Amino acid sequence: MRDRADLVIVGGGVIGLSLAYHLARMGFSDVVVLEQGYLCFGASGRNGGGVRQQWSTEENILLMKDAVRRYRRLSQECGYNIWFRQGGYLFLARDDASAAALEQNTRLQNRLGVPTRLISPADARRIVPALNVEGVRVCAYNKSDGVLFPFPVVWGMARIASDLGVEINTFTRVTAIDVRGRRIVKVVTDRGAIATQRVVNAAGAWSPQVARLAGVELPNKPYRHEILVSEPIKPFLDPLVSDLSNGTYFSQTMRGEICGGLSDPAEPSSMESGSSLRFLSRMSRSLMRLIPQAGALKVLRQWAGYYDETPDGQPILGRVDAVDGFIQLNGFGGHGFMMAPAIGQLAAEWILRKREHPIFSTCDLGRFARGEQRRETFSIG
Amino acid sequence: MPKTIVCRCEDVTEEDLKRAFESGFRDLESLRRFTGFGTGFCQGKSCLCHAARFLASVKGGDDMVSDPPRTRPPLRPTPFSAFAGAAPEAESAREEKP
Repeated sequence: MRDRADLVIVGGGVIGLSLAYHLARMGFSDVVVLEQGYLCFGASGRNGGGVRQQWSTEENILLMKDAVRRYRRLSQECGYNIWFRQGGYLFLARDDASAAALEQNTRLQNRLGVPTRLISPADARRIVPALNVEGVRVCAYNKSDGVLFPFPVVWGMARIASDLGVEINTFTRVTAIDVRGRRIVKVVTDRGAIATQRVVNAAGAWSPQVARLAGVELPNKPYRHEILVSEPIKPFLDPLVSDLSNGTYFSQTMRGEICGGLSDPAEPSSMESGSSLRFLSRMSRSLMRLIPQAGALKVLRQWAGYYDETPDGQPILGRVDAVDGFIQLNGFGGHGFMMAPAIGQLAAEWILRKREHPIFSTCDLGRFARGEQRRETFSIG
Repeated sequence: MPKTIVCRCEDVTEEDLKRAFESGFRDLESLRRFTGFGTGFCQGKSCLCHAARFLASVKGGDDMVSDPPRTRPPLRPTPFSAFAGAAPEAESAREEKP
């Protein structure tokens, strides 16, 4: 392991690796990535791979437009097939509030060049003939949203970064961040220390723990999010379907499995990653309501990952007041994977070329103290 | 050329494991995710031990496999309808998570 680096990235998930990947491709590879487990150990290896541009704020819609463009070419860039399939996202609204949200979001998305359409339940059935639309008021459908297979994204970005000179250390745990005054001096791990003045906290659900090592308190809280996969069947489902009444989402993977989960308002904040019968039964009921034929389909596996959630549902990006060179890229709350290619590129542009996108000031940690929180209202799952 | 099948569900051979190991997938979980062994119908019940043996043999005796992939429910593939009636109290809290 190197004993000094210009930049140390804590967290070998898709956010940290996307930053390393973009930095390396811009010619900067004096970077060490530290990952406590194997690559894909955290949420980057446990999510459903959904990639959507249907958001409620201009910032997120534009960010995701850019992310989709980048994901479309990533397979060729990195040499792994990420199985990105743009089968669309189909949102179902059952009540006035959700219907109004879809209507408002669609207007904004259209203005920003995302071709979302409000469609009737009958039209939704033309897109997904197996769908039961009883009780559905209105739907929003954007054909250019999609799903991908998360693992090869992580491996691909890691491989290119590593080929270009970034050092990626798996099974390496950060035990201390040595800060003198306002300056970072070194990062200590269970495999040795690295002298550095700049540290990126891209540790997902572990971000508050990492920040605390540098004496910084983050408001993020981890929540378990459960998900499951069925046996593979013949392709029958083009879009990812999401029911806004309970946060259910499911899609069909390129292997033919149905993969999905749903919100659980009763889930407490914890680092619990076990599986529950509660989730399995709630998901079974929700899926069978939407796709009645799914009752005969077999569940193969359920598992869990973490949402790294902030108080306003927006990530924490950029500097912190107390420590120079301590950069936050965390708090994505279940949306980090889809945003990663755009975030990594913006962060690399900022760190390397001092081109600072406004997101690093609107989404910084200081916004909570300043009382400038901006809530993204369209969070699912 | 005879083939040694490690995972019958997903048709993964020992040669596949070898290639994955050489490409840098050197722990059991990464091997599983890269080759797909243990991700099919049996969820590793028949192949995990073969993959673990392979890994132990290429890594040498003192680097044994200590952290196998987690076993997750259900125990065997089970229809969604079998779970739909379970945990009926689960629907009590209905409001959206903030």
